[in-house]
Amino acid sequence: MTNPTTNATTAASEHATLAQLGELLDRREVSAVELATLFLGRIERHRDLNAFLDVRPEVTLAQARAADQRRARGETGALLGVPIAHKDVFVTRQWHTTASSRMLRGYDSPFDAAVVEQFAQAGMVCLGKLNCDEFAMGSSNENSAYGKVLNPWDRAAVPGGSSGGSAAAVAARLAPIATATDTGGSIREPAAFSGVTGTKPTYGRPSRWGMIAFASSLDTAGLLTASARDCAIAFNAMLGFDPRDSTSVDRPREDYTRHLEMDLRGLRIGVPAEFFAAGLEAEVEAAVRAALRELEGLGAVLVDVSLPTAALGIPVYYVVASAEASSNLSRFDGVRYGMRAERYDDLMDMMCKTRAQGFGAEVKRRVLVGTYVLSHGYYDAYFLQASRVRRLIADEFQRAFTQCDLIAGPVTSGVAFGFGEKSADPVTMYLADLYTVPSSLAGIPAMSLPCGFGRLGRPVGLQLMANHFDEARMLAAAHRYQCATDWHLRVPGGF
Amino acid sequence: MSLNLADVHRIALLARIEIDDAQAQEAADQLNGILAMIERIARVDTSGIAPMSHPLDGVQRLRPDAVTETPDRERTMANAPARQDGLFLVPRVVE
Repeated sequence: MTNPTTNATTAASEHATLAQLGELLDRREVSAVELATLFLGRIERHRDLNAFLDVRPEVTLAQARAADQRRARGETGALLGVPIAHKDVFVTRQWHTTASSRMLRGYDSPFDAAVVEQFAQAGMVCLGKLNCDEFAMGSSNENSAYGKVLNPWDRAAVPGGSSGGSAAAVAARLAPIATATDTGGSIREPAAFSGVTGTKPTYGRPSRWGMIAFASSLDTAGLLTASARDCAIAFNAMLGFDPRDSTSVDRPREDYTRHLEMDLRGLRIGVPAEFFAAGLEAEVEAAVRAALRELEGLGAVLVDVSLPTAALGIPVYYVVASAEASSNLSRFDGVRYGMRAERYDDLMDMMCKTRAQGFGAEVKRRVLVGTYVLSHGYYDAYFLQASRVRRLIADEFQRAFTQCDLIAGPVTSGVAFGFGEKSADPVTMYLADLYTVPSSLAGIPAMSLPCGFGRLGRPVGLQLMANHFDEARMLAAAHRYQCATDWHLRVPGGF
Repeated sequence: MSLNLADVHRIALLARIEIDDAQAQEAADQLNGILAMIERIARVDTSGIAPMSHPLDGVQRLRPDAVTETPDRERTMANAPARQDGLFLVPRVVE
């Protein structure tokens, strides 16, 4: 790369949004191979973040060459030739898939997850697989069997979880976009902690096919991006009906960019008092309130709404998600795939030892809680009761949406915490998801967008939530906010 | 109510996770902490409320019972910890 034009373009590409990269490719100012090389170099230089678990430059470059050939044949597309990285819970044929668990060390999937497949068809070039909490269980990425991920803004802070690798990679611009999954906040919480845009669509809108199951009635694929506009562009390729996923919603595809230029005048944004409860850090509240005023300045109308049962989201979630996890993870028995203990007496002993050695502490804890709440004599009191309270929470959202178009509030009660600060007590860690769990239980779309910095200079996220299938309007409000502010364009020093 | 060591051993056996006494004691303390947090839902009046198992109240979709794909046996079994002649091997269960 001795051509000065190429060097200038390459420098411009490092922090470019997905939309800008698409334009550079369209204008032939950069090739897919050049972009892949650029980001592979950044990944290599910043290996200390531990964001990536599996990188195979030769496979990535082959995909990039194929994308360049498609463009040379006259094909176009906003995503054709743009790099992406996938959370390690999406199975991939050409990279190992471990869900950050010892249980699946070296696992080779015979197929690609639907989400992986769709982005590949759109011509996106995969950079590799991203670290996360084991089986997506956690809020700090400290539960990975392959080590913690560092927050690019402050290496003493967690990046958030479970999609910590995805958030750190996008924050440090090791990838312009990354897939992620949300079960109780695993996209929004790391997005807030790492200062990037993180979006969870409506449950059932993205396919779960090939996404390693944690809690099937909650698991939703989504994205970490540099902007809301980038997310809208990528959602166009990602969200649609998939007959291979039994809970996929059969609705026509839509254009998620269609409202981006929307005028916010008259848009009603509900502000639930319950999301500004005791325990909210003053700097987080100040940044979120400032963002709400900014939206008001753009013409939105703030409306008081009430979600009194949302506070029960955490207990409901830890019953429902743990129950579903205990069922889903029963497949890891040392027989068909994954690890098997080296020494054992008989079949039963083999399974018990395999699971004791293959699962980490948090996964075991949730499997035990799930097994208990589903066991004879406790099912009604725990699982059924939690499923009923879940409906109360979902119904409250529906009542709130009769008074407003979107709901806004903080994503987390504080900025990213330090390593080890919350890992001693599981319940303290669980409360990190207080503001993200309710919308996951209701299955509504929700997102986090950067809105400032709080304690220790760590990023703060603004949460927006919308009713089912109203992603386009939620992304539009976020985009209008991002046109008026530049928090989302800040990149941590040294990257 | 609170779980004792015997309860934890019973749950761990149901979950097929080997656990020793020291681990069971630690697990009992942690599970009791989690269950105390969960107890808050017991006080909610949910009479007449149907349990929610799918956020959009979707129902299981069925498809015609027809062959749609033929798995690649070799590729599918390649991840098995022990196999022979296209079969998964497990410790002897029938004498």
